[in-house]
Amino acid sequence: MIPASAFFYVAAALFVLGVLAFFVKKDLLTQFMAVEVMLNAGNLAFLAVAKALGKAEGQVVVLFVITVAAAEAVIGLAIIVLIFRQRKSIQTDGLKDLKG
Amino acid sequence: MAWAVFICLTVLCIGSVLAMIISRNQAHNALFLVLSFSSLGGLFGLLDAPFAAVVQVLVYAGAIMVLFLFAIMMFNLKRNPPGGRRTLRIVLTGGLGLVLLAELLVAGREALGGGAAAAHSRDPAALGRLLFTDHLYAFEITSLLILAALVGALALAGRKEGT
Amino acid sequence: MADLFWLIPLIPGLSAIGLIVFGSILPRKWIAWQACSSVLLSFLLAAASFLKLARLPEGTAALAKTLLPWIASGSFASPIAFSLDRLSAVMALVVTGVGLLIHVYSTGYMADDRSFARYFAHLNLFTFFMLVLVLASNIVLMFVGWEGVGLCSYLLIGFWFERPAAAKAGMKAFVVNRVGDAAFIIGVLVLLLNVKSGGFTAINSAAADGLLPAGAATLAAVLLFVGATGKSAQVPLYVWLPDAMEGPTPVSALIHAATMVTAGVYMICRLSGLYTASVPASAVVAWVGGATAVFAATMALVQTDIKKVLAYSTISQIGYMFIGCGVGAYAAGMFHLMTHAFFKGLLFLAAGSVIHALGGEQDMRRMGGLKNRLPVTFPVFLVGAAAISGVPFLSGFFSKDAILTSAYAGGHHVLYGLGLAGAVLTAFYMFRAVYLTFYGKPGAWAEPGGHVHESPPVMTVPLVLLAVLSAVAGFVGLPALFGRDADAFGRFLASSVKSVGHHLGAVTEGGLILLATGAAAGGIALAFVLYRRAPELPRRLASRLPGVHRLLVGRYYVDEAYEAVFVRPLLRGSEAVYRHFDLKVIDGALNGSAASAGLAGRGLNLLQSGLVRDYALAFLIGAILFLGFVLL
Repeated sequence: MIPASAFFYVAAALFVLGVLAFFVKKDLLTQFMAVEVMLNAGNLAFLAVAKALGKAEGQVVVLFVITVAAAEAVIGLAIIVLIFRQRKSIQTDGLKDLKG
Repeated sequence: MAWAVFICLTVLCIGSVLAMIISRNQAHNALFLVLSFSSLGGLFGLLDAPFAAVVQVLVYAGAIMVLFLFAIMMFNLKRNPPGGRRTLRIVLTGGLGLVLLAELLVAGREALGGGAAAAHSRDPAALGRLLFTDHLYAFEITSLLILAALVGALALAGRKEGT
Repeated sequence: MADLFWLIPLIPGLSAIGLIVFGSILPRKWIAWQACSSVLLSFLLAAASFLKLARLPEGTAALAKTLLPWIASGSFASPIAFSLDRLSAVMALVVTGVGLLIHVYSTGYMADDRSFARYFAHLNLFTFFMLVLVLASNIVLMFVGWEGVGLCSYLLIGFWFERPAAAKAGMKAFVVNRVGDAAFIIGVLVLLLNVKSGGFTAINSAAADGLLPAGAATLAAVLLFVGATGKSAQVPLYVWLPDAMEGPTPVSALIHAATMVTAGVYMICRLSGLYTASVPASAVVAWVGGATAVFAATMALVQTDIKKVLAYSTISQIGYMFIGCGVGAYAAGMFHLMTHAFFKGLLFLAAGSVIHALGGEQDMRRMGGLKNRLPVTFPVFLVGAAAISGVPFLSGFFSKDAILTSAYAGGHHVLYGLGLAGAVLTAFYMFRAVYLTFYGKPGAWAEPGGHVHESPPVMTVPLVLLAVLSAVAGFVGLPALFGRDADAFGRFLASSVKSVGHHLGAVTEGGLILLATGAAAGGIALAFVLYRRAPELPRRLASRLPGVHRLLVGRYYVDEAYEAVFVRPLLRGSEAVYRHFDLKVIDGALNGSAASAGLAGRGLNLLQSGLVRDYALAFLIGAILFLGFVLL
């Protein structure tokens, strides 16, 4: 049997990769994808702990996370579309209106 | 046997995320992520969560990433120009990432030890029972949430100019 | 009525507040009536209280009234409490009586002045503080009055503050007084440490019973006397009084002749128990008084400003009062204080009348021949001059004689000699002033375009009253020659102030009186010769003794010495402190804190790049730290 902690380590690695992706990339869309990666890593972690503790609540949480992630992706993409319409670009270097 | 599957799925998952980081083409990024999420679904299955696995593939890999692809196609983006002076950023975040990884691993070791897992029910019916009794409120509110997201997306991005 | 004696200070005080607040909108007639009637009321109250006290048997305690507890800490209490005993009753009568006459006189003298209201407000305020000083039952409250009269003196000397000389004079008076007050405060502290109470009866009885360590009594007495040298213009702190003549002449009469400058004498008489107990301190008092009496008289010999002559004369006469106190004859000192208030007040007011008549002229060299043009001013001035010179049977004759006799009887023959020399000088310079002002060829005022007129009744009536008092007031204190109990004044005061008695034979006393009369006559005769018979003699004397003359005219260069030794280094030091500490350190700290706030702001600004990526970095770092904190 594979120990649940192994899955947890994988989730940790996945999360850190997602963080790295967020900082390395410079366009909004790919950064958003990195956020999705992080969410999935969280899901994996939940399930791993659920398996370790023998509770089924972990799966319930995962379900909710997926649902909410879907809603969030919809809204996020809508906002990105709006930004693109206004600036004709989704490079984050140009989004400095909050400076100072 | 289970170990082999596990190793394959893990390599696939993490590999595709790495590829996503390296590649500069948005469409390639999205496709790599589709692959990653699918293998993640497989991992969910290994964790005795079949329902979650299926939902992951259907919703995440199937719907959300497709949405991303639609957006990419709409933007019609050119290749990303290479950025200047990224080395410092990469090194800094790499370092921080390593620290974070270390912390998470330590946390994981403390929380879960290395022991064998306890068994729990794989039955979707049991899951359904939980969902509709103990967590009913969350369930209903989540459905409202999806509705709100739908309306919001339409309000935000629905074309109003002229056409 | 007499039980309301504690109102005596408060009535002028209330009037002062009223004038300060409303003075600018009140009509002049009202101001004059209010100011004068408040002092009149105080005078009537004082007179009633005096009569009541006089009827009480000797040795009764004083009338006392506590208004507010004020300071009460542990076992030490210093309440706002007034007490009226025979000493303070006499002083209060002098202050209110002479003050009333001067208030009335001022309504005429200051009639054309722009700041009529301010003048009377300050004058009433002064009366209030002076009466607080007189009626205080403990030394802390007396100090309040002491400081208050100093303040009013500053305000009134610098009354015409647009004149730089007046402003400087006011400042000088205040600062020099401050030096004295510093010593006074230390003296008060020494007393409080040893007696544990500030009340005068407590201090005097403690001193009399020998409860004070000998060093402490002397130290306190000397320190308090240093304060008195400031307030009463003795050596070394007299330098402010001649400059104080910049103020209006009635102010000079009231504050710098009759009342404030005598506060030092009053203070010593109040603490007579303390000074009797400390022989060294009394010696200091007497010798400083004696030296000052002669020292100041020599400077008065060559003054050309009529008010300056009177100023130096005041310094000299107060020296006499201190001689009296120093040899233990406190009653004699008070007696001279009272007669001096009359004739010096008279002389100042008469001088003011002359100045007013001549439209502001104060230089005696430009006066002369006014005898027939000022029919009231001339006789009263003459009476005042005669009284101060010690012409027999006028008030000054008796009071000066009381002091000199006590000095001689106490064995202080050198002091007696000093006093006698001073008497000669006094008579001389006083009549020099009379001859220069009223006799001789008419001065500049007689030229075409000049004018001279006698003063209005509101000014001349107080003059006449003061002249009468200067003439007859002496009869309350007749020397023992006329009978064992002839000294009514001394007897009256005896229950409050223990003076040393003296028992000289009738022959010795008569001899002393003759000597004093001879001194007066000699001085007057000398003045007559130099300024009436042979007017070119003074100039020839001056050219024969140029050094002496220069020394006297330059007033021994004391002011210049003080300026060089104290004033200029202090000013330079303050300038240096200002430049190096005030500007650099204090302002620097303030500007520095402002600058650092700006710097911090600009530094923090770097964090706000506007890029989401950087904010996410902050998130990440925060999350790492938090996790680390939780795990460890």
